[in-house]
Amino acid sequence: MIPAPFDYVAAESTTHALDLLDSFGEDAKLLAGGHSLLPMMKLRLATPSVLIDIGRLTELTGIRAEGEELVIGAATPHATLATSDLVRADAPLLAHSAAQVGDPQIRHRGTIGGSLAHADPAADLPLALVALGGSVDLLGQGGTRNVPADDFFAGFFETSLDPGELIAAVRVPRRPGTPWGYQKFVRRANDWAIVGVAAIDGRIALANMGPTPLRASAAEQALADGAGPAEAAGLAAEGTEPGEDMHADRDYRRHLARVLTRRALEHRT
Amino acid sequence: MQVELTVNGQQRSDDVEPRLLLVHYLREVCGLRAANVGCDTTSCGACTVLLNGTSVKSCTVLAVQANGQQVTTAEGLGTDGGLHPVQAAFRQEHGLQCGFCTPGMVMATVGLLSENPHPTETEVREGLEGNFCRCTGYHNIVRAVLAAAEAERAGVTP
Amino acid sequence: MSILGTRVLRTEDPRFLTSGGVYTEDVVDDRLTGACHVFFVRSPVAHARIEGIDVSAALEAPGVIAVFTGADLAELPKIKPGPLFNQEMGRPILATDKVRYVGDPVAVVVTEEAYQGEDAVELVDVDYDVLPAVVDFADAVSDKVLVYEEAGTNVAANFGDASKLDQHLFDECEVVTTRTILNQRVAPAPMETRAAAAAWGEDGRLTAWIPNQGAQGTKGSLARLLGLEPEQVHIITPDVGGAFGAKFGADPEHALVAWVARQVGRPARWTETRFENLVAMTHGRAQQQTVTIGGKRDGTVLAYRLEIIQDSGAQVRIGAMLPFLTILMTPGPYAIPQAESVAKSVITNTTPIGAYRGAGRPEASAALERAMDLFAAEIGADPAEVRRRNLLPPFTEPHRTKFGALYDTGDYVTALDKVLAAAGYDLLRKEQAERRARGDTMALGIGLASYVEITGMGDGEEAPPQENATVEVHPDGTATILTGTSPHGQGHATAWAMLASDELGIPVDKITLKWGDTDLIPEGGGTGGSRSLQHGGSAVRQASQELIEIARERAASQLEASAADLRFDVERSAFEVVGDPDASVPLAGLAEEERLVVRTVFTAPGATFPFGSHVAVVEVDTETGKVVLRRVVTVDDAGFVLNPLLAEGQRHGGIAQGAAQAFLEEVVYDADGNPLTASFADYPFLSATEVPSFELADMQTLTSYNPLGVKGIGEAGSIGATPAVQNAVVDALSHLGVRHIDMPASPQRVWQAIQAAKGNA
Repeated sequence: MIPAPFDYVAAESTTHALDLLDSFGEDAKLLAGGHSLLPMMKLRLATPSVLIDIGRLTELTGIRAEGEELVIGAATPHATLATSDLVRADAPLLAHSAAQVGDPQIRHRGTIGGSLAHADPAADLPLALVALGGSVDLLGQGGTRNVPADDFFAGFFETSLDPGELIAAVRVPRRPGTPWGYQKFVRRANDWAIVGVAAIDGRIALANMGPTPLRASAAEQALADGAGPAEAAGLAAEGTEPGEDMHADRDYRRHLARVLTRRALEHRT
Repeated sequence: MQVELTVNGQQRSDDVEPRLLLVHYLREVCGLRAANVGCDTTSCGACTVLLNGTSVKSCTVLAVQANGQQVTTAEGLGTDGGLHPVQAAFRQEHGLQCGFCTPGMVMATVGLLSENPHPTETEVREGLEGNFCRCTGYHNIVRAVLAAAEAERAGVTP
Repeated sequence: MSILGTRVLRTEDPRFLTSGGVYTEDVVDDRLTGACHVFFVRSPVAHARIEGIDVSAALEAPGVIAVFTGADLAELPKIKPGPLFNQEMGRPILATDKVRYVGDPVAVVVTEEAYQGEDAVELVDVDYDVLPAVVDFADAVSDKVLVYEEAGTNVAANFGDASKLDQHLFDECEVVTTRTILNQRVAPAPMETRAAAAAWGEDGRLTAWIPNQGAQGTKGSLARLLGLEPEQVHIITPDVGGAFGAKFGADPEHALVAWVARQVGRPARWTETRFENLVAMTHGRAQQQTVTIGGKRDGTVLAYRLEIIQDSGAQVRIGAMLPFLTILMTPGPYAIPQAESVAKSVITNTTPIGAYRGAGRPEASAALERAMDLFAAEIGADPAEVRRRNLLPPFTEPHRTKFGALYDTGDYVTALDKVLAAAGYDLLRKEQAERRARGDTMALGIGLASYVEITGMGDGEEAPPQENATVEVHPDGTATILTGTSPHGQGHATAWAMLASDELGIPVDKITLKWGDTDLIPEGGGTGGSRSLQHGGSAVRQASQELIEIARERAASQLEASAADLRFDVERSAFEVVGDPDASVPLAGLAEEERLVVRTVFTAPGATFPFGSHVAVVEVDTETGKVVLRRVVTVDDAGFVLNPLLAEGQRHGGIAQGAAQAFLEEVVYDADGNPLTASFADYPFLSATEVPSFELADMQTLTSYNPLGVKGIGEAGSIGATPAVQNAVVDALSHLGVRHIDMPASPQRVWQAIQAAKGNA
């Protein structure tokens, strides 16, 4: 299956990209690695009339430490994130999460910005960002604004990106040596999570338990009150209304959330 | 629009539709038909080639995205009419039957071994999770990859 | 030293590894210059009346040459079911009044370029009046909604008479247990989807390139679909990227590509997308089975009954016929005194069912092996012991079962003993016990299956199975073989060359195999049902031997000796006068003045029956239900092994597919007949991370039915692995009170079974 016809322009800079977004309006989509967008376009679930290619802009690549944070260019491919010494040292949960996305070929192309903008509630990087309490730098004509992960995912495949904005960078707190856990429950290795859990530093995030990555707040509260992993995990599904599909009904999803949360709190991957 | 790619070492200039997938560019424009299309959802890996030396699924890359870059396909792997060590290992271990997944599998293997020259069996299986095969049950493919790794370590062709 | 039985690398491989195979979509041929591209508009609903089709917008789309609907195809014959089936279940080649499954083609769009097709297909506007869909077995059998109104029922055929089942079959049994189980629908999903390329010649003949499992059968099917005389059709078989039973004959789409080519006066090409492949290539399996098994507490099985409902999908295709084979193999390798089996094939609003690796026989083994384990659990006995007690003792003279199958040779107990030893069965049971004792949440399961299966069937005893081969030696010392088989990964080019080489003394890499071109090879049985080596290979060997005898006469004349004084030296590929090695003539030399070529037909006395035993080891995470397949250990005895490399490859591939059915793959429909697994992202196609390396033990019990002593290996792995893995999953949870889990043992299904068992505790 192939996409419907569209026009293509390679942006020369982020400024150029923003100007193009402005002039083309809602019919245009940004293209980085294209591994969330192009599959949708090939199935004709997305039919933009223009693609603005930002995948090779050096302004959007690079990983650096900036004080208490790591700053990651939005067009950084998952494979780069997964193997970065800096990320593996300071935010190993993020490196691990990136290493779980799809398969090696997909990881060579898909980018963190693309994955976050796509906002699939079953995906790895949105889950990791929420667990880490990271944030995104959104660049628009008016400059950059920073949005915390908890506020970035607005709904099912929806973010709080304004039209005319692009994700420039992703920020995560540096926590070298902090124990973390990550559980991705799948039928086959390169599937999306049926349920996913990431936990670090008292924060617990859930994938595919709702329209966005969710915080397991009741479980977090129990931890804060001194509960151990098993007890806190028992509350992991509180307040969730997970969807049902052929892999899991609601009961089973909630059960998985509890089991996987316990394992993540035991720092297992 | 005009794109310039280097394919198996040869520079080319072609006029293509923006929506032309790299796999179709290779097959229809370049006449390199080893890479195959096996699915619609970036799942099966039969289209795997190297883009700037790293393995990618060419069904999910636009030819225009590869403008100015280098592509290597299975046809471009061997030297002087001889098999690349990975190709030789696949033959030695009977890692192919119908052959449809094979070029993609071979390219994915080349990519895997360039990043992890000494994989364990588990790492091989995980490294090939994006390449489907219906014929072999993967058993001999895994043997082929391990044999290729061993051969490259020993500096011989399997 | 004979080359037979040795690991010969495939001569096919260098080209596959470098330039790649030439599959139908890759074919470059002068006859296809200027080809147009064919696309299908398919029903998005499972059951509906077609109220109207508006093609006007599509006709305006860029590059559209034509759009055709069923109304344009009135000249083509209606497709009728075989004589055994309800005759009111015929259909036109393209849906006209009704669509009966999601994917049912309703229109054909023809474009200049490939990329224009999908754009135009979207513009064809079909008005559907949606009807309730018949999706599950109960709905189908109830006949409340009819898929073919004129048929008056959804039952396409009955096999046996359910009203005549013996009510007293289990009277002598101390223990009886019964369960209704599912052998679920799966997708063959070869890596190469279906395709076709067609061109008409000035002489009015059709040349069609189609990936298939037997060009001669494809030619006949295509001719029938198009209302042509078979001689008008020339099939060429490019490389085929896997088939697994789903590429026999010809499908409506193949015929329509040919029809379009004639209609628009240009060659035409088509390649289906994976979505189309997963909804419109025939599916496999799909039997609901009620097994009832009874016997004595000492483990002797006395009676077994198998009642089958075969989901045929929306059309009477090969699948509707398969219960015949399931019934034939009902008793499997066991000496069960009383057994009976009955089936009905029903129509539903789903993709039609065809053959899929094993085609009716895996279903028989899966049911029987599940029943054996249910019986073992009922009496609290070890499943290996129950099998050993009931397996037929070894035999070398043909053994006829009460179901009419004539098993040629078998040694089922040795197969079981071998696999148990290879698996370290006692150690596995010990480890299982240890895990249970310490309450390990990762449960270990050990599953067994013993099987026998039928390969190389002919058309019954009236028409015994046969195959032809032509062998020619050329003056330059090379040779060519023409075969009626149709390889699609099995390695016949290498295997048949080995057989000829062994007789002719010509090296394997100097022997070329040709197949799949009906002008070159007008007759042939193709490749399926694991027939090729026993029939096709035997024919090659026979032709080579006959060629040597013809050559001997020529050599005698040339050497002025009597034929009786000549010896053929295979090592030198030359005839020599016995006692005078200098008086010799090379075989190739005897082809110089006159062609040296033989065509022969090998006829087998009947089908052969390979057999084996599998042990599967799984770990089940009892907290999540996830199954991990740790080991599969097998004995698959198909007689003499010609080339261990190829035989192992067939076993590996079969084991993987068989295992995949047990714990991973399934085609899923919702209640409205919408397929939920119509992509490789949704259909859980097995990847390398889900299976381990397999452990194959060797056993070769020759058949007397051909000089090589070979039976068929292609499907055996898939027949044993499915029940072995399913039984392993249930075994893992037996201490929790679980007695059965339907396939696939998905995490949710497993977890629900654990919960249900707790609920019953």
